[in-house]
Amino acid sequence: MALTIASREVDGVTVVDLSGRITLGEGSVQLREAIRDLIGKGQKSILLNMGDINYIDSSGLGELVSAFTTSKNQGAALKLLSLTKKVKDVLQLTKLYTVFDIYDDEASAIASYK
Amino acid sequence: MESVSEVEAAADKMAAEAGFDEDERFRLAMAVREAAVNAVLHGNDYDPSKRISASFENNGQSLIITIADEGRGLDPETLPDPLAPENLLRGTGRGIFLIRSFMDEVHFRQLHPGTELTLVKHLAPAQEKS
Repeated sequence: MALTIASREVDGVTVVDLSGRITLGEGSVQLREAIRDLIGKGQKSILLNMGDINYIDSSGLGELVSAFTTSKNQGAALKLLSLTKKVKDVLQLTKLYTVFDIYDDEASAIASYK
Repeated sequence: MESVSEVEAAADKMAAEAGFDEDERFRLAMAVREAAVNAVLHGNDYDPSKRISASFENNGQSLIITIADEGRGLDPETLPDPLAPENLLRGTGRGIFLIRSFMDEVHFRQLHPGTELTLVKHLAPAQEKS
């Protein structure tokens, strides 16, 4: 299943609900464009809801890292919410788990931006 | 990229038939996908005139998957460590690391032109065929 992306606002935070796969040719470009679009609109608080991401490959990992560094360079904070076991395992293996600010529940994640 | 998806699906089917659980199937299919992506992208440089080949074998003790490209060749010793602090925020360079992490053995062979990767996953004793 390809990546689907939907955004919503919660207390000034843009929550990006992602569903499907973040892989080369199946989502990494869409994710890049979605983040670029949000930052271009001046969004400073971005929360990627990964609860329905069941697969990520090295290209998808690279896209997450790029989204993180692009956001940081533009003065925005990009955080991750609700990692599935598979995604969490891959982030831990690649030591990226220590790079991102990661939350298990949305309320705590939203509160962290205040 | 269709060839990558086909190779990934074949690896997943092979792992399922060999009796691997869902986590192991995911790891094996992902390693094979990464190898196929590397072959298309970094090996063949997205050149449509170049092909990748894949073979799958269950010899009763291991699953052996071979992926080959027709590119310039790859020296695995020159790849930077993606876990090094200075490389952690790089956007690329994690594919071979993931392959090595998820498989029991990974072998590189230069084909002149091209690179052949052989990925090996050992079967648990209960999975082995007599």
